[in-house]
Parts: sequence; structure tokens; C-alpha cells
Amino acid sequence: MFGLDAVDLGRAQFAFTMTFHIVFPAFSIGLASYLAVLEALWLWTGREVFINLFHYWLKIFAVAFGMGVVSGIVMSYQFGTNWSVFADKVGPVIGPLMAYEVLTAFFLEAGFLGVMLFGLKRVGPRLHFLATLMVAIGTLISAFWILSANSWMQTPAGYAVNAEAQFVSADWLKVIFNPSFPYRLVHMVLAAYLTTSLVVGAVGAFHLLHNPHLPGPRVMFSMAMWMATLVAPIQILAGDQHGLNTLAHQPTKIMAMEGHFESHQDGAPLYLFGWPDEAAGKLKYAVGIPKLGSLILKHSPDAPLEGLDTVPRENWPPVAIPFWTFRIMVGLGFLMLALGLFSLWERWRGRLYQSTLLHRFAIAMGPAGFVAVIAGWMTTEIGRQPFTVYGLLRTADSASPLAAPAVGSSLLAFIIVYFIVYAAGILYLLRLMAAPPHPGEEGPSTESPTRTAGITPAPSVPTGVGAT
Amino acid sequence: MTASIDLTTLWAFIIAFAVFVYVVMDGFDLGLGILFPLFPAKEDRDVITNTVAPVWDGNETWLVLGGGGLMAAFPLAYAILLPAIYTPLIAMLVGLIFRGVAFEFRWRTRNNRALWDLAFSGGSWIAALAQGIALGAILQGVHVEHRQYAGGWWDWLSPFSILTGVALVIGYALLGATWLILKTEGELRDQAYRLSWYLLFAMLIAIGAVSLATPLLTIQYAQRWFSWPAIVLTAPVPLAVIAVAVLLMKNLAERRDSWPFVLSLLLFLLSYAGLGISMYPYVVPQSVTIWQAAAPERSQLFMLVGVAVLIPLILAYTGWAYWVFRGKVRADSGYH
Ligand code: HDD
Ligand code: HEM
Ligand code: HEM
Repeated sequence: MFGLDAVDLGRAQFAFTMTFHIVFPAFSIGLASYLAVLEALWLWTGREVFINLFHYWLKIFAVAFGMGVVSGIVMSYQFGTNWSVFADKVGPVIGPLMAYEVLTAFFLEAGFLGVMLFGLKRVGPRLHFLATLMVAIGTLISAFWILSANSWMQTPAGYAVNAEAQFVSADWLKVIFNPSFPYRLVHMVLAAYLTTSLVVGAVGAFHLLHNPHLPGPRVMFSMAMWMATLVAPIQILAGDQHGLNTLAHQPTKIMAMEGHFESHQDGAPLYLFGWPDEAAGKLKYAVGIPKLGSLILKHSPDAPLEGLDTVPRENWPPVAIPFWTFRIMVGLGFLMLALGLFSLWERWRGRLYQSTLLHRFAIAMGPAGFVAVIAGWMTTEIGRQPFTVYGLLRTADSASPLAAPAVGSSLLAFIIVYFIVYAAGILYLLRLMAAPPHPGEEGPSTESPTRTAGITPAPSVPTGVGAT
Repeated sequence: MTASIDLTTLWAFIIAFAVFVYVVMDGFDLGLGILFPLFPAKEDRDVITNTVAPVWDGNETWLVLGGGGLMAAFPLAYAILLPAIYTPLIAMLVGLIFRGVAFEFRWRTRNNRALWDLAFSGGSWIAALAQGIALGAILQGVHVEHRQYAGGWWDWLSPFSILTGVALVIGYALLGATWLILKTEGELRDQAYRLSWYLLFAMLIAIGAVSLATPLLTIQYAQRWFSWPAIVLTAPVPLAVIAVAVLLMKNLAERRDSWPFVLSLLLFLLSYAGLGISMYPYVVPQSVTIWQAAAPERSQLFMLVGVAVLIPLILAYTGWAYWVFRGKVRADSGYH
């Protein structure tokens, strides 16, 4: 199909479905924690604005979570359908990690989700808060296991190879806590929190632009800006540490990300821009700062750094994509930092709810987290090529014995289905966000049978208009 | 060695358990979608989806455990079977996507509710049919060479797999109808009673047809069922099916709301046991046994610890969630 073989199509399919999936975890991990905080604040202070915000974001959570679940199920079956050799060889190691993810995380999320969404009136506030907390914890546990599995593929450790050429575990602790895992876990969870705070901030800013006195938008905007201000610098530090770890364990990935085709004996530059030409093995039109690359990666301006010229061609990852996606991610990270600092400044001047410039900036940054997350994953995954298990198992040797038309048609099916479903889902999400939170906000129940029967349900908590 | 044999058998039972729980739990969810076209009124549809809205995600998670557990405990089986049932599996995933998002989307749309209702029932039909077809495709045997699937892209399609596909749709519909008896009242429940009668007869015919067709597939299945002394073990299964069916009719006639669902579950359990008799000890029928496909002992042991602790816990809090939402769902109960 279009001259692509089954391996290329399988890669395209994994990349496509993963890109759609990761958007929703990034949002649900952050939002679940945010909901738990909102409910805790409500229980603690009794202020109605918190429960209103809780219900407002709960409806959004319900839609996003559902989309995360269905796209995740697709992911978990793809290992077998498109990557069966990989599943056979690597299954004994990463299979148990993913099984633990199901047992410790997915069941926890799913088991308490029903109570969280629909159960406030049935179980009372305290048990309900417990359910919210369990869902939030479940999303974090889920990130723990899946990132452990993914990190093992990046930096395998604690394994042996058996007679059937399968990877088997020699030491489970080393498998789980493989060298890149702590960095990846921290970086991804921070990314999820940042992404969510930017969305919440953008929604708050959008409503403040129309009316700076609404209590709900004020509270959410302020909370989101605190979050962004605190987390953005930490994320930059974490990313820097992550990069050092990658240099130690996956040097070719760093070469691709930095555009270092050639080795530098006395101090490598930091290239800001350029045009990677893989055929020629050169970074064209390069604009760089001398010695800064060595300073960042080796903490010494004159330290030598090897380039792709020291690596056999067949082990090169694609260069252009990681080079660019890395720059997109880092650039957005610094823009997030700028937003945080700007909000701090306006807060200090007492203009947090009035500054239209800040609000416009926050709205523009609303989707930035998603873009950075996708860019980050592309850097990570494409930079790992041409291996599925870094240095040990090639992508080309991982695929299923399937004909290209089979993979091609399923890819086509997914593309069509995802575009229908996700277009609708995003429309509904934006619509929910476009309405400001109002006093007496109801959970996902509002438009339920109650209304069908023409009976206005009693609000779950006593409300008075303007009581917030 | 004996220790590892026991461990592998244990894991076969754990995976079988996860798959069974999935089949009956998501079975009644999907059954509701299958029956959806018969309940065109909006109020009825709201009630029907609300009976499962708080639990469907948990039900579907058993599918992830079945698939993920298979990869972890029997990686070779996972690697052979999934390419063999590639097309029905993709169809199932697509069906589950539409069905899953429809739960929320049908409340969020302004003008397209009919469309998302169609997605709900169409997705359920596709997923159920695909699961049944996949089951048939596995039972009829897949072509294996050098630890890999070596068959073609269309091998899954056969009269037998179509038969199992239709049979599963009927079975899910019966589970759905008896679930509605349990959870609803009034007109809706009356219609669920009427439907359950038809579906029960259809289900019995389907069970009979599949039971007759399976031994015809290969001589091994026939020997398994009819040779002496195996028949001492196998003969009670069909007898029990008849007994449960009679009991189910009695309860339908006497209109006892909770029992039809329980008895339908039992009917599933018996059919499932029959399936187990046919397959054991193969995980890929006629070519790969559970021991050949087993993951190394270290992997199985590592997970067993988790399973022993966590499955009881999961059953406990899942049970609690069902308990919270117990009782009849009414259109005006403000339940959602
Ligand atoms: C950093 C987090 C993260 C990453 C990298 C992934 N996921 Fe995910 N996944 C989640 C975080 C998550 C989550 C937060 O737990 C989700 C998202 C929304 C949700 O419903 O749960 C989820 C849902 C979810 C589900 C549905 C769970 C259910 O039934 O409740 C499955 C089967 C998977 N994922 C499988 C995968 C696979 C096979 C991945 C990689 C190849 C993957 N996920 C990457
Ligand atoms: C936690 C698990 C994983 C995550 C989060 C993940 C994420 C991603 C992302 C974000 C991309 C890039 C998207 C793009 O190129 O548009 C990608 C690409 C890819 N992933 Fe993964 N992945 C995971 C596991 C796996 C596994 C287990 C395989 C198994 C074979 C795999 C194989 C691939 C392939 C082949 C590509 C395409 C790369 C390319 O085109 O160069 N990934 N993945
Ligand atoms: C601005 C400074 C940042 C730096 C220096 C940085 C650094 C890195 C590096 C080096 C990697 C690849 C690691 C590897 O594959 O081995 C990475 C991946 C990633 N980045 Fe960043 N990052 C930054 C900002 C961000 C931001 C703001 C986000 C999102 C909000 C983000 C999200 C991600 C994600 C999701 C991945 C893939 C998962 C992983 O490997 O951890 N990053 N980052």
C-alpha cells in the first residue's frame, strides 16, 4: 500500500493511535488530581464555589476519561495484532508490568469512577471524596506502570535471554526501576499537571475576559496560574536531568535531538536551529551557540561530544523529527515559564483578574501542554529507533507476520473512526468549557432522566444564587 | 518442573476466569446495546443506559485483564492468536470505541442523539458479533509454523465462526434482557420479560447448534466429548443446561425479577465449561498447549502474588460499586 511495508504501516498505526491516546491521559491524570483538590477544599472550607467548580470539571472529566479508556484498549491489543514477535519476545518482561497496571490502576479507576460521577447523593460527601481520591490515585499508578514498561524498552535492565530468544526477568526490581524510569515518571506526571493547569487557566481566562467578577473563573484561574508558576520551572529542571540521563544511556538519541552529525573534540555547540539533512549527514544552515552544548550536557564548555559519525548508519534514528519536536517541546516549556512569571507579576500588582493581556496569553497557551506532550513522546519514541528494545531488538524484527493490506486497512479504519469520534468529543468538551460555571452546578447528571421526566432535581447541596 | 506445571495450570484458570467475568459483565452491557433498536422511546433508552452507566467501565476492564494477562502469562499464545483473529479483533475495538463514547456523548449532543444511539447499538452489535467470530476462529484451529501464525488474512471467516458469532449475540441479548428485568419496572420490564422468552429459545437452539458443530470440526473434539470414560465428565454438562433452562422458564413464568438474570449467568457458565472441556489443555487448539506457551516461571510467579492479593480486593470494591447503585432504575428517580 503506497509502497509502504507492513512494518512502516504498523509504526504509523502505533504512532497515530498513541498520539490520540496520550492526549487524554495527560489531561485525566492532571484533572483527576485537580478534582480531588477541589473536593477536599469544599469539604474543608464548605465554600460553595469549590463544589460548583468540582461539578463543572467533573462533566468535562467524564467525557475525556471515556475517550481515554476506549483509545487505551486499542493500544493494549496492538502489541499482539501488529507487533506479535515483539509480544512473544518481550511479553515475559513487560507483560507482567502491564498486568500490574490493570490490577492496581485500571480496576481502581473504573471501580470508583461510577461512584465519583454519579454517587454523591447516594454515598454522602466523605465516601464520595474517597472515590474521587481513588480515581486520582489510580491514574497516577497507571502512569507508574506504563512508564516503567516504556522505560524498560528505552533502557533495558535486569533481564536475561532464554533458549527461545525471549527476554526474561533476572531481577524484577531492576526491571521496574530501570535507569530512565524515575526521570520519565517525574517528567510525564509534571507534564500532565502542567497540561491540565494550562487548560483550566485558559478556560478561567476566557470567562474572565467576559466578566472579571465571576467567582468560579476567578478561583480556577488563580489556582491554575499558581500551578503553572510553580511547576513550569521544576519541569525545565526535570527535563534537563532527563536529558543527562538519556545522554548516559541512549547517546544516539541525544545526537539526533541536538543535530550533532559530527563529533566535537573541544566543546560542542548548542544548535538553536538548522535543517537536518540525513542523506548528506549534515545540519544545514545551522545557527548555534559555541560550547553551550557541552556546557549543558557535560557541565564543562570544552568537553568532547561524539556525533552520529561514530555510529554505523544502520543504527541511526531519524534525525529531523526528534530535532524539531525537541525544540518545540523546549520552546513551549519556556513559554509556560513566561506565562507563570507574567501571572506572578500581575498577581503582585493586584491585576490578576483584570489584565486582558495575561488572559489572552493564557488562552493562547491552553493547548500548549498537549502539543508539548506529543512533541516529547515523538522525541522519545522516534529517537529510540531503529529499535523497539534499545540496542537489543530491532523494530523491523518485532512486527507480526501480516500482509501490508491487512495493516493498511486497519490503519485506515482507525483514522476514520478516530476523526469522527474525536472531532465530536472535542466539540462537546469545548462546548462544556464555553459555558461558565454557575451557582448550583450539577454533576454529569444534569441532562439525565430527571429532566426527561420534567422534574427539576434538587441540587445536591443547598444553594443560593450569589452565595458564592 | 512439577511446580511450574501447577503454576501454568493455575494461570490458565486465572485467565479463563478473567475472560469469563468479562463475557458475562460486558455481556449484559453489550446485550443492552443489541436490544436498543427494540426500545425506540427516548425515556426507555435513558433508563437502559443509566442501568449500566456507573459500571460499564469496570466491566470492560476485565477485557484488558484477559488480553494483558494472556500476553504476560502466555506470550506465545498472545502472539499467535491475535494476528490470527486480526480482522474481527479490529472490528471489536472499533465497535467498543463507538459504544463506549456514546454513553457520555448521547447526553452532550444537541441534535445528534439519534446518531449516538445508533453508535451505541451498532457498536454493541459489532463488538458482540466480532467476539463470537473470534471465538469460533480460534476453536476451529489456526495454522502455526515456527512459533508464528502462518495462516491467511481471511482464515477466521467460516460457517462455524459465523455460527458462534450469532450465538454470542443471542446470548448477550438474553443477558441484557434479564438484566433489564432486574433493574427496571413497568412497561419496560414487561417487554424485557417477553423478549427473554424468545431469546431463551434462540439461545438453546444456538447452544445446540454450536455443540453439534464443534465435535464435527476435528476428531479430537469428538473424542474429547464422546469417548469412554470422558463421557462421564462431559455428559452432565448438556443435562445441566436443560435443567437450568427449565428453571429459567419457570422463573420467567412466575415473574420473579432477580432470578432470570442469575440463571442466565449460569447458562453462560455451563456453556463456558463446555468450551473449556473442548480446549483444555490447548491454548491454541491442536497446536500449542498451555505449557508450551507459558511465560517463564519467574514471570508467572511475580504476577501470581499480585493476583492473589488484588483480585479479591477488586471483587470487593467492584461489589461495593454495584451495591451503591442497587435497586430499580426509574426515569424519574434522579438516579444518574
Ligand atoms: C502517562 C500515562 C499513560 C501512558 C503513557 C499510557 N497510558 Fe493508557 N491510560 C492512562 C495513562 C497512560 C490512564 C490515565 O490511566 C488512562 C487515561 C484515561 C483513562 O481512562 O485512563 C489510560 C487508559 C488506558 C486503558 C483503558 C483502561 C480502562 O479500561 O480503564 C488501556 C487499556 C491503556 N490505557 C493502555 C495503554 C497502553 C497499552 C499504553 C502504551 C502503549 C498506554 N496506555 C499509554
Ligand atoms: C508506554 C508505552 C508507549 C508509549 C507511551 C509510546 C508512545 C509513542 C509515541 C508518542 C510515538 C510517536 C508518535 C508519532 O511518531 O507520531 C510512538 C511511536 C512509535 N512507537 Fe511507541 N510508545 C509506547 C510503547 C511502544 C511499544 C511497546 C512499541 C512496540 C513495538 C512501540 C512502537 C512504536 C513505533 C514503531 C513507533 C513509530 C516510530 C517511528 O515512526 O519512528 N511503542 N510511540
Ligand atoms: C523546557 C524544558 C524541557 C526539557 C529540557 C525537556 C527534556 C526532555 C527530554 C530530554 C526528553 C526525552 C528523554 C528521552 O527520551 O530519553 C523529554 C521527553 C518528554 N517531554 Fe520534555 N522537556 C522539557 C519540557 C517539557 C514540557 C513543558 C512538557 C509538557 C508539558 C514535556 C513533556 C515531555 C514528554 C511527555 C516526554 C516523553 C516522555 C519522556 O520521555 O519523559 N517536556 N523531555
